[in-house]
Amino acid sequence: MRFSIYRFDPDKDVKPYMQEFDIMLEPADKMLLDALIRIKTVDDSLSLRRSCREGVCGSDGMNINGRNGLACITPVSELKEPVVLRPLPGLPVIRDLIVDMTQFFQQYHSIKPYLINNDPPPETERLQSPEERAELDGVYECVLCACCSTACPSFWWNPDKFVGPAGLLQAYRFLADSRDQAAAERLDNLEDPYRLFRCHSIMNCVDTCPKELNPTKAINKIKGMMVKRTV
Amino acid sequence: MVRRIVTGAHYGLLDWLVQRITAVVMTIYVLLMGLILIVSAPHDYVAWKELFANQWIRIFSLLFFVSLCWHAWIGLRNILMDYVHETGIRLTIQVLVILSLLVYVVWAIEIIWS
Repeated sequence: MRFSIYRFDPDKDVKPYMQEFDIMLEPADKMLLDALIRIKTVDDSLSLRRSCREGVCGSDGMNINGRNGLACITPVSELKEPVVLRPLPGLPVIRDLIVDMTQFFQQYHSIKPYLINNDPPPETERLQSPEERAELDGVYECVLCACCSTACPSFWWNPDKFVGPAGLLQAYRFLADSRDQAAAERLDNLEDPYRLFRCHSIMNCVDTCPKELNPTKAINKIKGMMVKRTV
Repeated sequence: MVRRIVTGAHYGLLDWLVQRITAVVMTIYVLLMGLILIVSAPHDYVAWKELFANQWIRIFSLLFFVSLCWHAWIGLRNILMDYVHETGIRLTIQVLVILSLLVYVVWAIEIIWS
């Protein structure tokens, strides 16, 4: 199978370049991550992040044939050759397929991704009705792989100011949680032409999400909450 | 000056909402005018003048032009916020956009009520 992979080692290379690999896959190499690990037996200098190898940790996000995705849940049988692999777009490259996620996580932290509840903790859990719990379906499953935010043109142009689809999906996850008491502060924090309103419903995030989530829908629900409290 | 990124301007919702409302106004106007043009089909200057002699057509046309310019301002500012990152240049272009849109509105009033 033929691969064309983005290579850049800042210690050695002046400029990034694409390296061709032609390798024989074993029958067990079902996913792109298996193929990449196979390539590492030929050239162990190829650098990439990976951990759980089953689409839960979100480490191996990369640009696969022009579209962001997780290597570990992308079947090689569905890929057109040569398979062109690049790091996630828009973030600084540390080496080969590894990008610096600092800005991405700064935006994530800026939305306070934890429950805020000032009531004294009860003896057992803070209970939710099945309906209240159902509100979190489709928003809590995010693994923070950054595939969506790095596919978003608005995030490319303003990664320092725009929260991005991943961060906003998480923001809605806590706005939608019946146990959270800081909805008003959360909306105050987001009401900004950059933090929230850079989203122009381009929907690259929906197109690219490996977990098939819908950040645009969550963002529109945040806007809806703002309209409701203002109008 | 300290170089730090500060966000939290506490506006944006109104612009977003206005862009949607003005879009609805413009859609209704275009559909209504399209219908009028199909039904009455004014062929000469006199017929056009007669059409715009109607006060409601004038008011709705002005509403359309104001919506168009307001919608354009929000859209153009969005583009400038995305692509022009130098504050001075952006402010200059924004002022030019506002001034030219205001001229267009005044010009539209003059045409409709002349």
